Amino acid sequence: MPTVMTAIPANNYRIASGLSLVAIASFLFAFVQPPLYRAFCEWTGIYDVQKADEFRGSLIAGRPITMEFDANTHGTGLRFTALQTSMAMHTGELVQVNFRVENLTNSTVTGQAVPSYGPKHAANFVKKLDCFCFRQQVFAPGEVRVMPVVFALDRNLPEDIGTVTLSYTFFEVPGGIGSNSGNSVGTNAPAATGSTATGSGI
Amino acid sequence: MQASHDTHDHAHGDHGDHAHHGRAPGLMGWFMTTNHKDIGTMYLWFSFVMFLVGGAMSLVIRGELFSPGLQFVSPEFYNQMLTLHALIMVFGAIMPAFVGFANWMIPMMIGAPDMAFARMNNWSFWLLPPAAILLTGSLLVPGGAAGTGWTLYPPLSVQMGIGMDMAIFAVHILGMSSIMGSINIITTILNMRAPGMTLMRMPMFCWTWLVTAFLLIASMPILAGAVTMLLTDRHFGTSFFNAAGGGDPVLFQHIFWFFGHPEVYIIALPAFGVVSHVIPAFSRKHLFGYTSMVYAIAAIGLISFFVWAHHMYVTGIPLTGQLYFMYATLLIAVPTGVKVFNWITTMWRGELTFETPMLFALGFLFLFTVGGLTGLVLAITAVDIQLQDTYYVVAHFHYVMVAGALFSAYAGAYFWLPKWTGRMYDEALGKVHFWTSIVFFNVAFFPQHFLGLAGMPRRIPDYATQFTDFNMVSSIGAFGFGFSQLIFLWVVLKNIKGGEVALAKPWDGATGLEWTLPSPAPYHTFEDPPVVTEEHLAAAH
Repeated sequence: MPTVMTAIPANNYRIASGLSLVAIASFLFAFVQPPLYRAFCEWTGIYDVQKADEFRGSLIAGRPITMEFDANTHGTGLRFTALQTSMAMHTGELVQVNFRVENLTNSTVTGQAVPSYGPKHAANFVKKLDCFCFRQQVFAPGEVRVMPVVFALDRNLPEDIGTVTLSYTFFEVPGGIGSNSGNSVGTNAPAATGSTATGSGI
Repeated sequence: MQASHDTHDHAHGDHGDHAHHGRAPGLMGWFMTTNHKDIGTMYLWFSFVMFLVGGAMSLVIRGELFSPGLQFVSPEFYNQMLTLHALIMVFGAIMPAFVGFANWMIPMMIGAPDMAFARMNNWSFWLLPPAAILLTGSLLVPGGAAGTGWTLYPPLSVQMGIGMDMAIFAVHILGMSSIMGSINIITTILNMRAPGMTLMRMPMFCWTWLVTAFLLIASMPILAGAVTMLLTDRHFGTSFFNAAGGGDPVLFQHIFWFFGHPEVYIIALPAFGVVSHVIPAFSRKHLFGYTSMVYAIAAIGLISFFVWAHHMYVTGIPLTGQLYFMYATLLIAVPTGVKVFNWITTMWRGELTFETPMLFALGFLFLFTVGGLTGLVLAITAVDIQLQDTYYVVAHFHYVMVAGALFSAYAGAYFWLPKWTGRMYDEALGKVHFWTSIVFFNVAFFPQHFLGLAGMPRRIPDYATQFTDFNMVSSIGAFGFGFSQLIFLWVVLKNIKGGEVALAKPWDGATGLEWTLPSPAPYHTFEDPPVVTEEHLAAAH
């Protein structure tokens, strides 16, 4: 067989093109994996790709509740109002509501908000993640501030409770942090109507 | 390319006195050569250079780990070093080394004049240097090289800098090179065997490469697809793996390991092939159980596609999945065990001598089995959950990759060096190379089993102080092993410069067509197909 390599046998090209097709098919095989993977996981239920959504759904799947908000002051120069007086929500759902405070005096006021609950035994079922009532608040003269409460209602809230009222009363803290003692203008600011502060636990 | 064409035709045009017709003179000759022996030589030198580069990177890693705390490099650079070390060693050193063996030996073993597609062979090789430059050059770009580990897992690989893109393109180029090389090898083996060289009489190295080449063609494009999806996630707003857009990073792991596990056998099978030549030659016996060897190779190749998720036991796959992948993985031990038993039985009552190739083959047999055993330990789900991503895994795969594949490559290199250069290497130096390698290898990697069992995680530049002693021992071993490899460079350079003239068949127990050729093998061989007789065959009969 003299001129060995001058011409490549046609058979070689046939094998090479067949193998090239295998390589191309393999390359495409990688790209059909994302849809196949999703379909396979949904079909078998292994690796639930919807798991995160379901988890969020389970949080808000509780019982519907009407929530009411109330704001009072006691002996301060503050105007204190709830920006939302009532809302519909579910047990287990995490919500945020805002309260507004305005310092009507010309001096710094240090106050502490004290919550109360109606009915009273709902207190153990209101789970606050954050609240302006957790600490003393210092208001500069004339300052206006909007402050949040973030909370959820426990799923174990007794069945007989359909409405929960969350009420705050602001008390002035004499000699509190940043306070300017003896400057309480309007010591008898009219108490807003509503439930009386009970001083129950925060 | 016209010049190449001319050289090519010229080289083959006048075959009457072919010893005088070599490649064109100078550097351009190497660029344009289509001769399988030239290309094999270039593959082997390239892989050795990359082996030294990747080895230097591993010494940066072991230097940093010599003692706890941060000594020499930042954690970011450490991550880049371990990523490039792995990519370079797998794709730049071990794989091209065995492709080099394939180029040199397969045509000579089956009685073919050259590879089936000689010019594509040239291209397969010359794609490698650009890929190597992309990989190593990525250290210089802003943000440095990819620091994800060689597995390139998202989300990190979606977030990294331009070095990641360079790694992705390097993988693309290396993949193309591998696929072309594989097409060439399969076509050569299927179509260009000399008359009488039937498939079941074919030398074992050709069989291992035939299966390996199929594995490469089926699995490399899958890696190419996975990194292409990474690339589009990075730059074109797709969300294959980006969870923020509805993709799933765990899917990348599935695709990667669907490539990655066959890749393990792409490296291991040619190593098995080399050892299947060396052990019979130095036992003066035929290979025991030829047919069972062929079936074992095919079985390993097939099963390797169905075990990928044993790398993913802790990704939250369900228990049934874990059990399936555990049993499937343990199943691979059966054909692998067949091979190990066949090698041992080949030596049984043989007339053994222990020249350097045989020493490396025995080192392979012993240490690869250790690595295989720790692989079985890791395959067991309950154990793997504890050992996942610890130094136990690092120890395991270095026993398989270094003591397995690399030792086998050394066995092959010492075995065939006389055929390539026409001179015997320095046997004493070769033995020094073997004994320093095997001792320092075990000093470096055996303590890593203990580190892993004690809970030291891999891929960290710093560690808790109770791991200090074993890490110091391991680092001393690593530096010893690293510098021992320069002995091999010395042996080869000395062999090229001079030495005792080798016979056509320097090993009295060796069989196969390649030993019927003079040493060094002429530039063109088997332009007229040889007559294959029983005594030529490396296979057992």
